[in-house]
Amino acid sequence: MIDLDKLRGIPQAEGEPVFAEPWEAQAFAMAVSLNKQGMFTWNEWADTLSAKLAVEDANKSGADYYMHWLAALEEIVAVKCNVTPQDQEDRKDQWLRAAAATPHGQTILLKNDPQAC
Amino acid sequence: MSHDHDDHSHLSDTDARVRALESLLVEKGYIDSKALDIIIDTYETKIGPRNGAQVVAKAWSEPDYFKWLMEDATAAISSLGFTGRQGEHMVAVANSDDTHHLVVCTLCSCYPWSVLGLPPTWYKSPPYRSRAVIDPRGVLADFGITLPETTAVEVHDSTAETRYLVIPRRPNGTDGMSQEDLAALVTRNSMIGTGLALSSDAV
Repeated sequence: MIDLDKLRGIPQAEGEPVFAEPWEAQAFAMAVSLNKQGMFTWNEWADTLSAKLAVEDANKSGADYYMHWLAALEEIVAVKCNVTPQDQEDRKDQWLRAAAATPHGQTILLKNDPQAC
Repeated sequence: MSHDHDDHSHLSDTDARVRALESLLVEKGYIDSKALDIIIDTYETKIGPRNGAQVVAKAWSEPDYFKWLMEDATAAISSLGFTGRQGEHMVAVANSDDTHHLVVCTLCSCYPWSVLGLPPTWYKSPPYRSRAVIDPRGVLADFGITLPETTAVEVHDSTAETRYLVIPRRPNGTDGMSQEDLAALVTRNSMIGTGLALSSDAV
């Protein structure tokens, strides 16, 4: 157990962190932002997310909620923002290579990918 | 953790997927990283169940506001500066001797963010989403609430368009309390229906 009181400003709602990890917050904000930009309606988002959450292996505690959120985001972005699954896969690999080439403690930048042009 | 790791950074596969999306969307001009930070900051620090508690305390104290809230919750809530980001319609439901209201979203996790912040983990969990409808009294018992047989439990299924705010019953012995003190008695769960307002000696 982490002592939440020692971490000032940590997001929590009645003792519970709002996001378990930073990427959850990023994924959350991307969906909210794209909706705000009119890339998709909130109904379209709710439908896409519902379909992901409906899978049988959804974790009973809801702890994997943002994993489904992320999968829904990847899907809706492919349809609505013209970012294909291949683009997403390629870019993910670039980030992984960039991370591996970045000394620990330094900011990971895409240009650190040894295969970057 | 092994001790022979190299001195280079490591990203989890999930983290890399999120970075991939963000960098691609920024390049295409669909999102702005600063805007994302503002959204995160807003939801982490500025929006939360305290907003909803203010609405409830006002409704307990001011009969006219209560009436407005019951008739047009979207307007009554936004008059306090709490507006939804998705333009959702708000409906307030008030608990009484006869009826206890419980809110769920069976499809995903639609939730009244503007008044309650982000949903707790249990609200998003499949067991809650399915059981709240089938066995609401069992769910309430899990939360430590046993209602008299004469109190009906009404379950409200949220949608992307309609979000519910439960107005819990005002605790006894709170006559004359300020709205600020009253708001401190209003828990997040009491506004979802999985809890009751705290008793007056809790403040």
